[in-house]
Parts: sequence; structure tokens; C-alpha cells
Amino acid sequence: MTVTSVDKDLDNLTLTLIADFSAPVERVWQLWADPRQLERWWGPPTYPATVEQYDLTPGGDVSYFMTSPEGEKHYGWWRITSVTSPTSLEFTDGFADQEGKPSPDQPTTNVRVQLTEREGGTRMEMRSTFDSREQMEQMVNMGMVEGLQEAVGQIDAILVG
Amino acid sequence: MTDETVDRLFHALADATRRDILRRCVRGEMSVSRLAEAYPMSFAAVQKHVAVLERAGLVTKQRRGREQLVRMDPDAVGRARQALDELETAWRGRVDRMSRLLAQDPEENDPTEGPDR
Repeated sequence: MTVTSVDKDLDNLTLTLIADFSAPVERVWQLWADPRQLERWWGPPTYPATVEQYDLTPGGDVSYFMTSPEGEKHYGWWRITSVTSPTSLEFTDGFADQEGKPSPDQPTTNVRVQLTEREGGTRMEMRSTFDSREQMEQMVNMGMVEGLQEAVGQIDAILVG
Repeated sequence: MTDETVDRLFHALADATRRDILRRCVRGEMSVSRLAEAYPMSFAAVQKHVAVLERAGLVTKQRRGREQLVRMDPDAVGRARQALDELETAWRGRVDRMSRLLAQDPEENDPTEGPDR
């Protein structure tokens, strides 16, 4: 088991995940710092990520898209807040529109990653916090309303038919 | 869900105005008076639509001062849990893929029996 612990703080809308890898810190850092390696784990295999822009400096931007099995592109971005190579990284993670521009009405999370050496391997602590409860609810609601609209569309079709 | 609950839900969603109100409330709370400005109907008529949505459990109404604020479903804790669960699933997948990538590395420093249990 790589994931050592997971903690969900409902009051602070924070997920904290601790994972232990047997590889050294420098190597695990490369998974984050090398966009070609990042592409190989950021998105699920069915939604592979392609990194278009990658500037791992404070204030820098990362932009990427994930391709759905149907070939649709879903854009996302990071805005880097702090970097201390090879041990820590902090960024805002958000969605973008079809042109790759950050969508202001979509929720963002703040992600902080810390790598520390532990028993010859690396402990990675990842903390992800939703910006606000409103945003988080919005994210869930969007999915819910889409589902409802779909259901309503089917009902409409039945009524018309 | 009981038949009655489903009936109420479908009835609430069977109207274009009510679906539109619901869509507007997804982005946060809306006052009934602001909603009323959006439709060519009386304040009372909009209020009635909101009441139907409320009975179906789709929105809640709260009074603040002179305003009545409408928002989607109040189960914030349930939703917080759902959102965090989704985030957890995403990150567990990422960590799995990270460790699989690391496992593909050529072994150079041969960590004689790692700390794996």
C-alpha cells in the first residue's frame, strides 16, 4: 500500500493524503517537476493529460488538457504559489474553458505538496483545500443539475412521444 | 424515495420556469425578488414556483431581513463529504500511477529489502 493515510476535514474542506514511496525524494520530485512525467499520472488512463505550458516558478502557470475517450478536451490550470525544489510545492488548481482560460465560475482547490525523506524512501504529504464551501457545493451541484437536466430531457421525450 | 416524493420531484421539474430557477440557484443563493425580475410574471407567481421546488426538497428558503433567499438543497455536510470523497478517489488514483511509474525505474541503488511490510 502506497497510501499511508487519508484524512478528510469537513469543516475546513480539506483532504490530507500521506503516501510513502521507496524512491528517493529527488526522484519523486521529478514526477511533479517534469511535465512529461506529470502527464503520465495526473489524469486517469481514460483521460490522459497533455501539458501545454509549464512554468514551475512562483506566480508561474501550468496549463493542460485531458482528453476523454470520445476525444473531447477538458482544460485545466495551475497557478504556482510557492516552490522549494525538491521538497515542496504549492499551487491553485482549477478548471478552464475550451480556450484554456481559467473559468471564474468553476471551483478551485489549493494544493500543497511536501516531500520528506523517510527510511530511505520518500513520504509525500498532499493537502488539498476547497476555496470555499460555496465553490465546493457548486461543483457537486453542477453535476447534480446536469444529471437532472438529462433526466428531465428523457421525461420530456417520453411525454412528447 | 417514495412514490409521493418522486411525484413531487417530477412535478417540480416538469416546468421550464422552475428548472430555470433551479439553474440560477446552483451558483449560490438568490433572493425571490431578484428571481422575480428575471421572469415576465408577478412576484407571487415566482414565489409559488419556489414553493413547489421547496416541497420537492430541491431548494430551501431562508428569510434574511426583508429578503427571502432561495438556495439549492441544504445538505451541506453531505455534499462536503461527497466532494471530498471524489477528491480522495482522484488522488488515490494519482498516487497509484505515481508508484507504478516509480516501479518502472531501473534499479541502480538496490534498496536491499525496502521498508515494505
